[in-house]
Amino acid sequence: MLEQHLAALPIILPLIAAPIALILGRTVLSWGFATLVSGLAFILSWQLLSAALSEGVISYAVGGWAPPWGIELRVDAANAFVLLAVTAISTLVLVYSKESIEKEVKVANHALFYTAHLLCLAGLSGILITGDAFNLFVFLEISSLATYTLVSLASDRRCLTAAFRYLVMGTIGATFILIGVGLLYMKTGTLNMMDLAVRIDAYDSSRTINTGLAFIMVGVSIKLALFPLHMWLPPAYTHAPSAVTAFLASTATKVAVYVMIRFIFTVFGIDHVFVDMGMGLILMVLAVVAIFKCSYMATVQSNVKTILAYSSVAQIGYMILGLSLVSVAGLMASMIHIFNHALMKGALFMAVGAVFYRVGSVDIKAFAGLGRKMPLTMAAFTIAGLSIIGVPLTAGFVSKWYLVTAALEQGNWIVAALVLIGSLFAIIYIGRVLEAAYFQKLPESRKSENIKEVSWLMLVPMWVIVIANIYFGIDTSLTTEAASSASEWLFQTNNMLENSALENNVSEANVQEVSS
Amino acid sequence: MAEFIDLVLLAMLALTALRIIFLKDLFAVVMLFGIYSFLSALIFVNLDAVDVAFTEASVGAGISTVLMLVTLAMTGRKEKQSTHSTLLPLFVVLVTGAALIYGTLDMPPFGHPDNPVHQHVAPRYIEESPKEVGLPNMVTSVLASYRGFDTLGETVVVFSALIGVLSLLGVRRKKKKDLESGLETHSVLHVVSKIIIPLVILFALYVQFHGDFGPGGGFQAGVIAAAAFILYALVLGLPKAFAVVGPKFLQWMASFGVLLYASVGLYSMYKGGHFLDYNKLAADPIAGQHYGIIIIELGVGITVFAVMLNIFYAFGSQAERSNVQ
Amino acid sequence: MSFIFDYYNYWIVVFLMMAGFYIVISANNLVKKIVGLNIFQTSVFMLYISMGKVTGGTAPIVVEGVTQYSNPLPHVLILTAIVVGVATTAVGLSLIVRIKQAYGTVEENEFENKDDAI
Repeated sequence: MLEQHLAALPIILPLIAAPIALILGRTVLSWGFATLVSGLAFILSWQLLSAALSEGVISYAVGGWAPPWGIELRVDAANAFVLLAVTAISTLVLVYSKESIEKEVKVANHALFYTAHLLCLAGLSGILITGDAFNLFVFLEISSLATYTLVSLASDRRCLTAAFRYLVMGTIGATFILIGVGLLYMKTGTLNMMDLAVRIDAYDSSRTINTGLAFIMVGVSIKLALFPLHMWLPPAYTHAPSAVTAFLASTATKVAVYVMIRFIFTVFGIDHVFVDMGMGLILMVLAVVAIFKCSYMATVQSNVKTILAYSSVAQIGYMILGLSLVSVAGLMASMIHIFNHALMKGALFMAVGAVFYRVGSVDIKAFAGLGRKMPLTMAAFTIAGLSIIGVPLTAGFVSKWYLVTAALEQGNWIVAALVLIGSLFAIIYIGRVLEAAYFQKLPESRKSENIKEVSWLMLVPMWVIVIANIYFGIDTSLTTEAASSASEWLFQTNNMLENSALENNVSEANVQEVSS
Repeated sequence: MAEFIDLVLLAMLALTALRIIFLKDLFAVVMLFGIYSFLSALIFVNLDAVDVAFTEASVGAGISTVLMLVTLAMTGRKEKQSTHSTLLPLFVVLVTGAALIYGTLDMPPFGHPDNPVHQHVAPRYIEESPKEVGLPNMVTSVLASYRGFDTLGETVVVFSALIGVLSLLGVRRKKKKDLESGLETHSVLHVVSKIIIPLVILFALYVQFHGDFGPGGGFQAGVIAAAAFILYALVLGLPKAFAVVGPKFLQWMASFGVLLYASVGLYSMYKGGHFLDYNKLAADPIAGQHYGIIIIELGVGITVFAVMLNIFYAFGSQAERSNVQ
Repeated sequence: MSFIFDYYNYWIVVFLMMAGFYIVISANNLVKKIVGLNIFQTSVFMLYISMGKVTGGTAPIVVEGVTQYSNPLPHVLILTAIVVGVATTAVGLSLIVRIKQAYGTVEENEFENKDDAI
C-alpha cells in the first residue's frame, strides 16, 4: 500500500501532523512528534527518489480523478531530488531547534512554532510534487503563511517589520503568479502542467501566453529573491529565529528556484522562453549582477546573519546563471548547487545560531576569540565557509566546477571568469568572520562570562550537515547521478517543441559531456 | 442588459478604488473597501458566480472589514503624508498595467461559448458531474471532489492563519471582572441580538447542508456561524463569549476540522483508492461521493468557524487591553 | 466596436488591479497597504470570474430545461483564493497590531529614522 501512495505521502504526512502537533501542546511532545514526522518524510522522499530514478515519472491522481480533471501529483528525478534536500534539512533543523528555540522563542509559542514548521514543510513538499498550476499556488500560500509566522516568532521587535515586508512582497509575488496562471488558463482551458505544456505549443506567439509567462516569472522571482526583487530576504533572514533562518535559507528559496525551472522547462518550453522571449539573457545579466552586488553587500555588513543572507542572494544568482546557460550541463550545475547550497547555508546558519545561543549576539565583534571558546562550532562554520568559497574537497567546489565547465562548454569564457571572481568575494566575507574568531582575542569585558561549547543536541545536526558538505565534495555519485538524470529528463520533456537551432546547441552539449 | 449592469458596477468599482487611493482617513478607506467588496460580490452574481459572491460578501465585506476596523481602533485612523516620491510606484504600476493590457489583446472575447476555457476541461464538469458525483451544484462537485485536494489545502491555509495570529497576538482571558466590555448599557441591542443570533446560526446550518443543492457550503457556513458568535461577543463582551466557547476549545476544533477532512482521505486510501477518492467510501460510488462531500464540508465548516472566531477573539482581547491602557 | 465590446470588461479589471497594486506599493500607512492588497486580489478574482462567463448562460447549478451554464471551474478556484486572501489579511493585520505596540507607529516613513525597516 505504501508504494502505491508514495508520491502523496510526503505532503499528507506533515499536513496531518500539523494540527496534531498543536493539540499535543507541550514543548517536548510537539518537538519530538514534529521531528519524528519530518524524519519519516525524509525516509519517504529517499524511497521516492530511488523510485523516480528507476521508474522515471510517477503520477498520482488525487481523488481518483484522471488529470486534467482532477489534481495530479507528478514526481520525477528533479523534484524528488530537491524534496530529499528539503526533508533532510527540515529533520536536522528540528533536532537542532529544541534548544535554540528555548532561547529565542517564548515558551507559550513553542507548540505553535513546531506546528508552523510542519505546515511550512507540507507546503514546500506540495509545491515540489504537485503537477497542477493552481494547486501550486495553494501550497505556495500554505508555506508562505507558515514562513511569515516563523519569522515573526523571534523576540527582537525588528522581526515584525521584516515579517511584514516579507508578507507584502510575498503576497504580491503570489498574486502575480495567480494572474499568470489565470492568463494561461484563459488561453488553454486547463490547469494541469503537462496538459498546459502541450496546449501552449499550439499558441506559440500569443500575447496572452507571453504576458502570463512574464507574470509567473516575476512572481516566482520575488519568491526566490532574484535580484532586484530580493529586498525582503536580508531583513527576514537576519531577524528570524536562528533555527528558522537555517531552515528557510536552505529550503524555501531553493523550492522557488525549482518552480522556475519547472515552469521554464516543462510548461513553457526552452524554445519559447529563451528563443522567442529572450529571457536567457535577462536572467543571465540579473544573475551576474546579483552575484557581484550582493557578494559586495555581504562584505560590508557587520551582522553575521546579514552577511550570510546577502551571500544567499548571491548564491541564488549562481543557480539562475546555471539554468540561463540553456544546456543539460548548465541545468545540472543548477540542480547540484540547489542541493549543495542547502547543505552549506544549513551548516553556517546553525553555527551562527549556536553562537547566538551562547553569546547572545551575532555581530561580527561577538565572534572575537570564539575559536578557542567554541572550537567545534567554529570548526563547523569554517568548513561550511570553505564550502561556500568553493575550496576543493567540499560540496561547494563541485557546484562551481560544474557551473564553470558548463560555461566553458559553450565557449562562454566571460561567465566562467565571473563565477571565479565572484568566489573571491566569498573569501572576504567568510574570512572576516574567521579572522575575528581565530585571530582576535576575547574582549576583557567578556572574560567573566562563561562562554562554552553548545550541547550535543545542537552540535550533532550541525556536524551531520558539515560532514555531508565534505562527503558530497568527495563522493559526488549521488548528486551528479540525480542531477544529471533530472536535467536530462527536463530536457527530454521539452523535446517536442525544440527547434533546430536549439537542438544543435543541446546535442553539442551532450557530445561534449560524453567526450569529457 | 447583463452587460449594462456589469458596466455600471465596474464604473462604481473604479470610482471607489480611485477614492481609496487619495483618502487619508483610514476609517473611510476601510468602509470604502467594504463597499468595494460588496460591489464585486454583485459583479460575481451578475457573472453567474453565486457561490463566489456569497463568499466574497461574507469574507471580504464581513470578516476582513471587521478585522481592519478592530486594527484601526488600535493604530489610529489618520494616514500621514508620505515623504517618498510617488514616481517609482507609478512607473512600476504603469509598466505592469501596460503589460496586462498588451496581454488582453489576444484574449478570447468576453462571454463567447466557444472560448478555450469552456472547451477542454469544463465540459466534463458540466455534463458528467451530476452523474459522476450526483450533485446539482457543479461548483460544490468540483470544489469538494474533483479538486478536493485544493480545498484541503485551503482549509490548511485557514488553519495556518490561526497559527500566525495566535503566535502574534495570543488570546488572554481577562482577570479583572470590573473591566468594561461589550455594550452592557444598551438593552435594546441585547434583546435584538438575542433574537437574531439563533436565526443566524440556523441559517449557517442551512448553508452548511444545503451547499450540495444551492450556493453555499462549509466555508460560507463557518463564516456565518462565526459572525453570530462575533455579534454575541460584541454586545455582551468577550468574557461572556469565552464562557460559551473558549479559545482553547476553538484551537482543538480548528485542528479537528482539518483532521476530519484528512481522515476521509486516509480512509479512502485504506479502502484501496487514492487519497480523497470518495467512490471507495461506500459500495455505490454515488453514495460514496455523497458521504465524502458531506463529511469534508463539515470539516471545512468546523475549521473555518473555529479559526474565524478565534482570530476575532485574539484581535478583540488586544483591543480591550489597549483600551485599558 | 465589437473589439471594445469584447474586451472592455478585462480593461476595467486591469485598471482595478493596478489601482490596488498602486495602493500597496505607495501607501504610507500599513493598514492601507493591506487594504490595497485586498483590492488587488479582489480585482484578480474578477479577471477569473469574467473568463468563466458564458453569454446567455446561468449559474452552474443544474436546473431542468437549461443547457447553457457558465464555467464552474474559475468559481472553484476563486473560492479557494478568497480564503487564502482573508488568511493573509488576518496575519498581516496582527503583524500591524504588534508593530504598533513595539514601535508606536504604523507609518512607513516614521520607521526609517529608527530601525531602517519595511
